[in-house]
Amino acid sequence: MAELTFRQALGQAMAEEMEKDPDIFLMGEEVAKYDGAYKVTKGLLERFGPRRVWDSPISENGFAGLAVGAAMAGLKPVVEMMTWNFGIQAFDQIVNHAAKLRYMSGGQFAMNMVFRGPNGNAHMLAAQHSQFYEPMITNVPGMLVVSPSTPADGKGLLKAAIRENNPVIFLESEMMYAMKGEVPDEADYVIPLGQGDIKRPGEHVTLIAWSKVLHRVLQAAAELEKEGISAEVVDPRTLQPLDEELIFASVRKTHRAVVVEESWGFASVGAQISDRIQRECFDDLDAPVSRVCADFVHIPYNEAQEEAVFPDVEKIVQAAKGVLYMDGTR
Amino acid sequence: MAKKKAERTPVRRVVSPPEKPVYDPALLKEMYQELCFYRRFEERVGLAYNKRKFAGFCHLHIGQEAVAVGVRHALRDDDYVLGSYRSHTQAIAKGIPPEQVMAELFGKVDGCSRGKGGSMHMFSAENRFYGGHGIVGGQVPIAAGIGFAIRYREGDQICVCFMGDAATNQGAFHEALNMAATWKLPVLYIIENNKYGMGTDISRTSSVDHLWKRALAFDMEHSCIDGMNVLSVYENCRKVAEDIRKEPRPHLMEILTYRYRGHSVSDPGTYRTKDEVKDYQENKDPIKLMGKYLVAEGVADEDQLKAWSDEAKEKAKEAEAFADASPQPDVSEAWEHVLAPST
Repeated sequence: MAELTFRQALGQAMAEEMEKDPDIFLMGEEVAKYDGAYKVTKGLLERFGPRRVWDSPISENGFAGLAVGAAMAGLKPVVEMMTWNFGIQAFDQIVNHAAKLRYMSGGQFAMNMVFRGPNGNAHMLAAQHSQFYEPMITNVPGMLVVSPSTPADGKGLLKAAIRENNPVIFLESEMMYAMKGEVPDEADYVIPLGQGDIKRPGEHVTLIAWSKVLHRVLQAAAELEKEGISAEVVDPRTLQPLDEELIFASVRKTHRAVVVEESWGFASVGAQISDRIQRECFDDLDAPVSRVCADFVHIPYNEAQEEAVFPDVEKIVQAAKGVLYMDGTR
Repeated sequence: MAKKKAERTPVRRVVSPPEKPVYDPALLKEMYQELCFYRRFEERVGLAYNKRKFAGFCHLHIGQEAVAVGVRHALRDDDYVLGSYRSHTQAIAKGIPPEQVMAELFGKVDGCSRGKGGSMHMFSAENRFYGGHGIVGGQVPIAAGIGFAIRYREGDQICVCFMGDAATNQGAFHEALNMAATWKLPVLYIIENNKYGMGTDISRTSSVDHLWKRALAFDMEHSCIDGMNVLSVYENCRKVAEDIRKEPRPHLMEILTYRYRGHSVSDPGTYRTKDEVKDYQENKDPIKLMGKYLVAEGVADEDQLKAWSDEAKEKAKEAEAFADASPQPDVSEAWEHVLAPST
């Protein structure tokens, strides 16, 4: 185990996989000479050379499409979107091509490729740079979607994503790149896609969250503990496919669930999870599933406004108390 | 500035075959038979559509056959080809058996995409026909990626990417050509300019009078050739393909052609005159032109041409009969091929 930042853990995952498989190459804006806009690919040009680490023009749809062609021809591209807010320029290639060419060809191609980059808001970047793509991108068949919350998970999941024979959308968070954590250094440390994780065991209520808001949920769980409430925090880690069994098992134990997500809540991953819980765990539930999401407005630039529209510790604590009927409403 | 410009790759424009080459009569015969077959095949497709043997979109290549035939003979089996949504004959030209293309149109299990793609999405990994693409211009960056993979592996294959004239107005086209030129990817981009993007005359939507000029923005080699003459297509493509193989780089080729039928089977054809269509059919038809050439060269007489044309008709019928007889895929296959098995 070594203490690494989230960005170092991701960089290590790519380096280890590239070392083993010469068909893997990296492409994206500033990933080579500049070491990556967020330094996730730092040192990889030096280590692997310009044949395998490519600075692309600012043409997201173009280089995403190039990666699709390279994957059809059997290479394994790892494409960095400087941010997913730019990545939506490439949705034609990702949604219409990467996700569908295997299906429309009757299974003739395996699209071994990863599109990775920061998702969600950071800090005072205003509406265009502060969006959450998991509701949109999980709604497309033919792709896997991963959204890790810790350096260790980031490394293990990115290694699995690079090995995966299908397009993987890897959603990172700008605010998490500097976050430190213990990261296993065994060469074969891989976390299978589709496998969630209990980030904190508990008895009274299940809190489900992923990516950076999970850390607020952990803070909320600590607050709840002060009041004698034991919260279990479940991190699905992979959003498509979801580790439903892990979620259901937790809810069957606690009988109460709150789904917390930073994205807007309309037709979102949280909406899906809460639908699945209410169908599969109906007899186990002691309260309707509760949800905490971003308010349905554009993400404001102003610091106080930005904070106000997101789930914060207080909102999460209140929601947990709500499903425990401890919020004074009954 | 002048010095900097001189250091750039010189651009070259091929206008027509350089000199009169001598062709093997067997090759000429084969080309003529293919022209006839592609025409008859598409005619049968149109009829089958009218008989409701299949539905959805259906874009016929009738009038543009010389492009498919001419390019085909300039390529090797291990080269890659991608096309647009008007790709039935391009798929056959790359080696997919015609009966599998017809079966795909009918949504049958023997279709080259197992009935999952239909008219616009013919695929054969084995024959290196990498689609049939239904999003205008979507195949242009993908072809750059295949060129990228060829270079990555230091191969000497080339990738041919067909597109229609209107695809040159897509952002994907410009982004891809810029990358292909910057990184010297071995891709032959072919614009099949049939003058109309659906019902819109390309002159109403393009700022340049000739689409090969789009290459100038990328310092890319380019050419403009007559697409009604199969030998012109063949000769120019052969030369360009050889050049690319020797020294990898992209090339933008505008092939001037014409489609006789509508954009799709539901096209009312109100945007062009009947005389214009008639002029192409009577005076510039690729099959007639090639027939005349064969007679003039003493390769065949009129009776022989007729016999080849009849054979083509039979072969097209056989493809349809195969597709008729091919079973429907099991409904359960709808849930297959979404994801590849993980290793």
